[in-house]
Amino acid sequence: MSKEALYGKTLSELKACVKDLGLPAFTSKQIADWLYKKHVTTIDDMTNLSKKARIQLNEKYEVGLMPPQSFQESVDGTKKYLYQTNNNQFIEAAYLPEENRNTLCISSQVGCKMGCLFCMTARQGFQKNLTSNEILNQIASLPERDTLTNVVYMGMGEPMDNIENVLKSLEIITAEWGYAWSPRRINVSTIGVIPAMRRFIEESEAHLAISLHSPFNEERKQLMPIENVYTAEKLVEALHDYDFGRQRRISFEYIMFKGVNDSAQHVKGLLQLLNGIKCRINLIHFHPIPNSPLEGSDYKTMEFFRDKLSQKGITTTIRKSRGEDIYAACGLLSTKKLLKENSDTDY
Amino acid sequence: MNQHKTKELKAVNVISNELLTDDVHYISVDKPFDFKAGQVIAVAMQPTDEPRLYSIASGISKKHLSILFDVKPEGELTPPLSVVKPGDTIYISEPFGKFLCLDSPATWIATGTGIAPFISLVESKQANNVNLLHGARTLDKFFFQDYLEEQLGNNYQRFCTTEASEKTTEGRLTSYLKNSENLPTNNKYYLCGSSQMVIDVREILIAKGVAFDNIIAEIYF
Ligand SMILES: Cc1cc2nc3c(=O)[nH]c(=O)nc-3n(C[C@H](O)[C@H](O)[C@H](O)COP(=O)(O)OP(=O)(O)OC[C@H]3O[C@@H](n4cnc5c(N)ncnc54)[C@H](O)[C@@H]3O)c2cc1C
Ligand code: SF4
Repeated sequence: MSKEALYGKTLSELKACVKDLGLPAFTSKQIADWLYKKHVTTIDDMTNLSKKARIQLNEKYEVGLMPPQSFQESVDGTKKYLYQTNNNQFIEAAYLPEENRNTLCISSQVGCKMGCLFCMTARQGFQKNLTSNEILNQIASLPERDTLTNVVYMGMGEPMDNIENVLKSLEIITAEWGYAWSPRRINVSTIGVIPAMRRFIEESEAHLAISLHSPFNEERKQLMPIENVYTAEKLVEALHDYDFGRQRRISFEYIMFKGVNDSAQHVKGLLQLLNGIKCRINLIHFHPIPNSPLEGSDYKTMEFFRDKLSQKGITTTIRKSRGEDIYAACGLLSTKKLLKENSDTDY
Repeated sequence: MNQHKTKELKAVNVISNELLTDDVHYISVDKPFDFKAGQVIAVAMQPTDEPRLYSIASGISKKHLSILFDVKPEGELTPPLSVVKPGDTIYISEPFGKFLCLDSPATWIATGTGIAPFISLVESKQANNVNLLHGARTLDKFFFQDYLEEQLGNNYQRFCTTEASEKTTEGRLTSYLKNSENLPTNNKYYLCGSSQMVIDVREILIAKGVAFDNIIAEIYF
């Protein structure tokens, strides 16, 4: 893409572009309107801009939306969309239609650096941070865009490892001049990169979903290398610094691995760790990935676990599994087969 | 808003800045805190900057605290950090982290500057019954090799992908692991370095029969 994309710029960035071109200041608000309320795909579609303004804009910019390359549909209605990034890499987004809500699960990075043992995305390594344009394009270019009720940042990548662009995209989704969505329609996940998570908590109003998967340091280290640096204990300590109000939700995601993290001991550990945090817990069935040493807990164990936690006052649900047959389910997104081999390593 | 600044940073005096090879520096500063070998500190040029994390690369009883890093030319911190002089001030956090590598027998695996925590562990005399494998692209990237060789003897193996020498094995660390007939499957494995290395090595170890709960990794993300 040779021209710079307008889609993905915040109002203050649009103001700067407009000023640069010597256009009247109000043009920026008009552009934001065309981009984020009407989702036009060309500058020429911005018909209330002067012809001169459109010509000037066209010289340097383009809207920068790119439709998905392809999609797969699951028997349960889940659709997995493949999007190309501006440098010809690929990401996936999963559309999950339900009776009362339609959720899009979007990616924040191509690949991921975090190396969680149970995750397909981890296996492809890290390729790049998505720009705010590429993050939002997953929403804007979705054929079902206008039916969406919710967006979750739970696709490929760790959102807090690309915090600048994630915050920018959140600003555009929630601002009056943007999509003007309530932040309560958005849920951002993290494995607990604490400094960036603090920024997210302070600068956004969206819900926060923390991938926990074990309350015990030694065990969580085996599943998630981040635990060596930012422990679950420190993470919960950080959460205690904030007042989340009544509307904002903190949830803990807990993938259940057979014989690993699904015992009564773990229920106790969770209760101890989360003591005093107003939160809910989502139990997730593990979708085995190729050559994985882990297996999913059976549903009976999951129900036992849910009931034990619920009895102790933590709202706990078993998340319905979606799109497993097309590898669109949680932790299964990967575009590894589309990557070029990199032979330049030091090991 | 940032009323909860990430970590309180403390001003420390730079003692030395040693260039180990083209773009790799070993910086020592005053040691205001005690720490455990294997821990990290956050480092910044100014107290208001977003700090970056570094493994402590010196022993717990040493007078000074040191880090080992390579310069990312486009990076925010490492270019200015690479030109600090004795007497300059930089900012560091209290040590933290749990990559303590306490179990043995163990195999420690590092690439590049991922050797840093293992240097600290060896200098802290916490390297009993361990094998250290280090992978690097060129021969000058085996930092502190004389010291490690002296301390660990044959339990220290170097793998160089582009150059050959008497003391190193030519080729990739991953090829060595893949071709190894008798990897000790009951050892603890501690991995430190880039995310891609950790993922590749972990996959090989698991395929070789090492249980996932015997593999612990620190990723320099
Ligand atoms: C637990 C942990 C321990 C670590 N320990 C060590 C250690 O002991 N030694 C060590 O050397 N490193 C270590 N690291 C890595 C270290 O924290 C830094 O990430 C690294 O030194 C780079 O810092 P920087 O500020 O110079 O680069 P950054 O500014 O963080 O940039 C990182 C990379 O991104 C690229 N980049 C920056 N901005 C852009 C942009 N706008 N567009 C595209 N690319 C860009 C840069 O070229 C660079 O390659 C560790 C990391 C972690 C998480
Ligand atoms: S689970 Fe999330 S943070 Fe962990 S490797 Fe996968 S994408 Fe990255």
